[in-house]
Amino acid sequence: MMQAQSLRAWLVRYGMLIALAALLLVNVLVTPNFLQMQTLFVNISQVATIAIVAIGMTLVIATGGIDLSVGAVMALAGAIAPLVFTSAFGIANPTLGLLAAIVLPLLVAMACGLFNGLMISVLRVQPIIATLILFISGRGIAQVLTNGNLQTFSNPAFSYLGTGRVLGLPFQGWLALALALLAFWLVTRTIHGRHLLALGGNERAAELSGVPVRRVKIGVYMICAFLAGIAGLIVVAINSASDAARNGNLMELDAIAAAVVGGALLQGGRAPVFGALIGAVIIQLVKYTLLANGIEDEVALIAKAAIIVAAVALQQGRRE
Amino acid sequence: MAPLLSMQGIDKAFAGSVALDKAALIVGAGEVHGLIGQNGAGKSTLIKILTGVYERDAGEVTFEEQSLRVASPREAQARGLSTIYQELTLVPLRSVTENVTMGYEPRSRFGLIDWPKAHRRTREILTGFGIDIDVRAPLGEHSTAIQQLVAIARAVSLEARLVIMDEPTSSLDEREVSVLFSVIERLRASGTSVLYVSHFLDEFFRICDRVTVMRDGRDVADHAIVDTRKSALIADMLGRDIDEVESAGMTELGGGTASVGELVFEAKAVATNRRLRHLDIAVRRGEIVGLGGLLGSGRTEAARAVFGADELSSGSLHFMNQAAPPKTPADAIAAGIGFLTEDRKAEGIIPDMSVRENLTLALLPALTRNGRIHRGEERELVDRFIRSLGIKASHRDQPIRELSGGNQQKVLLARWLAIHPKLLILDEPTRGVDVGAKFEIQSIIREHVESGVGVLLISSEFEELVEGADHIVVMQDGVSVSRMSNPGITEERLVSAIAHSAQVSE
Repeated sequence: MMQAQSLRAWLVRYGMLIALAALLLVNVLVTPNFLQMQTLFVNISQVATIAIVAIGMTLVIATGGIDLSVGAVMALAGAIAPLVFTSAFGIANPTLGLLAAIVLPLLVAMACGLFNGLMISVLRVQPIIATLILFISGRGIAQVLTNGNLQTFSNPAFSYLGTGRVLGLPFQGWLALALALLAFWLVTRTIHGRHLLALGGNERAAELSGVPVRRVKIGVYMICAFLAGIAGLIVVAINSASDAARNGNLMELDAIAAAVVGGALLQGGRAPVFGALIGAVIIQLVKYTLLANGIEDEVALIAKAAIIVAAVALQQGRRE
Repeated sequence: MAPLLSMQGIDKAFAGSVALDKAALIVGAGEVHGLIGQNGAGKSTLIKILTGVYERDAGEVTFEEQSLRVASPREAQARGLSTIYQELTLVPLRSVTENVTMGYEPRSRFGLIDWPKAHRRTREILTGFGIDIDVRAPLGEHSTAIQQLVAIARAVSLEARLVIMDEPTSSLDEREVSVLFSVIERLRASGTSVLYVSHFLDEFFRICDRVTVMRDGRDVADHAIVDTRKSALIADMLGRDIDEVESAGMTELGGGTASVGELVFEAKAVATNRRLRHLDIAVRRGEIVGLGGLLGSGRTEAARAVFGADELSSGSLHFMNQAAPPKTPADAIAAGIGFLTEDRKAEGIIPDMSVRENLTLALLPALTRNGRIHRGEERELVDRFIRSLGIKASHRDQPIRELSGGNQQKVLLARWLAIHPKLLILDEPTRGVDVGAKFEIQSIIREHVESGVGVLLISSEFEELVEGADHIVVMQDGVSVSRMSNPGITEERLVSAIAHSAQVSE
């Protein structure tokens, strides 16, 4: 009995790193050309978007909430950017247009977060339902904006977001790391982070201790949507095309999986930001492993589901 | 006529500790029977044995002249015993009709549910109660009171002979209480018996025919309601002698101590929508004002009103030189009010957070520069409190859930002392802590009072109030009914004040 307990505790603590190591080992042995720089680049550029969204998701989950709308917000932000720099204004003022093509989509994303936050904190709608609204309508709006067409463009400056290199590694990888550091700082060093964790840990006690519950909840959904907006821009930049139907599709599942694998508790109260980063890497590696070995994408979905189940099962044990 | 229900010599022990010791309860047919007692007197254990939640160790139960031994609440229901619990056991998202008929839906010829008939029957029952609502609408759209009545309607539709109501009015407002009472009247008229459990003494006199008083796991009295009065029930509940309780009187109390400190706060005729009807109270610097009264008398509600946690429906609150009373707990904290809540687990600790994070939660805005927490200052402050309050934790970063109750309470007390409160509201500050910690907590409080903090102390322990408080305001049914001052308060006098005010309002 005791042994089973301690084994479980050990698995909870190191399971994530063991899974990561095992995945790497399997790939080294099985996947052709795994130890190539090219492989590293591909994986970093793909994992960055999952990681960035997972960071926001981790913060939301820390309050005991969930955000299903991240994929739709990605599509929306991604759809707006090319509309801005391909507009008459954007072509006439390239610099200003580029700036607006980044700022405007992010503002729209934050407005989506504000909507979610208001629904949840003021109207007291359950997070899963409240965010379902934009999950459905957000992508719809994005498709209406683009008439449902694939929008291709050529704008090297904007594409830097998805294809640029810093110190030889993809720009978005650095961006994800920087955002994780920022989120970690927010959680561990600021009053907002402390309020967030207190609220997730015991909402009534937090409110009676002066935590501005509404403000904190609205803020966290805005941050999550902002990060999703960034991820949406990156995807568009990688492809030099915006496809509102596919941008961010099923991203909510990847992000929740990454957050949970990274150690976030769905009940709230914990925000392991770097755990989410590693969780994102694990999710990405599973996808890549299966893809690189010629196994269909659908199987990858099953594998991801299995990972989530395992992570949640381990967590349940910890709580009891 | 033989009684409907007779429970005799019921024993029940949990892991060695005796919960019921030869308890008896007799309920007549068509009778509304009250059951009253302090917390831990054994009321709920007795009911749970009756309804098959627990199994009795010894004793006899007869119901409708037959021996009764049920193994589950469902079986009890089949025998005609329905229970309306404090936490409702209905399905808020389903319609009123579904909730009333669930499991016993009328069937049509083809074995399908006969909805028109189900709706009609439900409407009939509810109309009989004097309520007219849309029975097709989800139950959750209706108020708690209506939901409670729907639960009763369900009991009626199951043709219950005895309906057990466990504190049915604790979440109802007064208008809703009267609707509930009229329904109880109708039940009685139709021959159904009601076992009515409540902490509100007044209600027994409004609705019950008889009342059984429990104390320490036994039934200590069984009165016809017309033959008793509140002070007698209180004497029974507390185990005091009624003559002593009544003769002590209140004439010598009051006066004597002239308050010297400046006024910290004053409440005039404050009422909220949560069972607080009229609160007059004032606290000065350096004094402890106690709030006395029985459970359910509105003490915690008074505290919540002062702290800005409940909205005032009338009256005025003045706090030091603040123009407006606090609207939220955050406002109250900023104004220098601390509130140590009664329920440590649900409203106090953040279990997964450390001692440090729990301790500084209310003070956080003051420890923050431009949003950034000043961690050195935080650590220093926490270590200082751990030392001065003698908090036993392995480290300031130990999760608070790993601490003992007494040490958790000290951390929460430190949470409020850290904000340098001008007014500290303490709701049962020493409940559930061991004797040593209790003594320490009391002396910490005393120390801060001497340095000028005003304290509003809520306690169910008369000793703590009598010895600790400079003044005691006695509450009853949401009204502050009397005030007395030390020196001169004795436990007997406090008890008699509670009883006396009960008499006055009779």
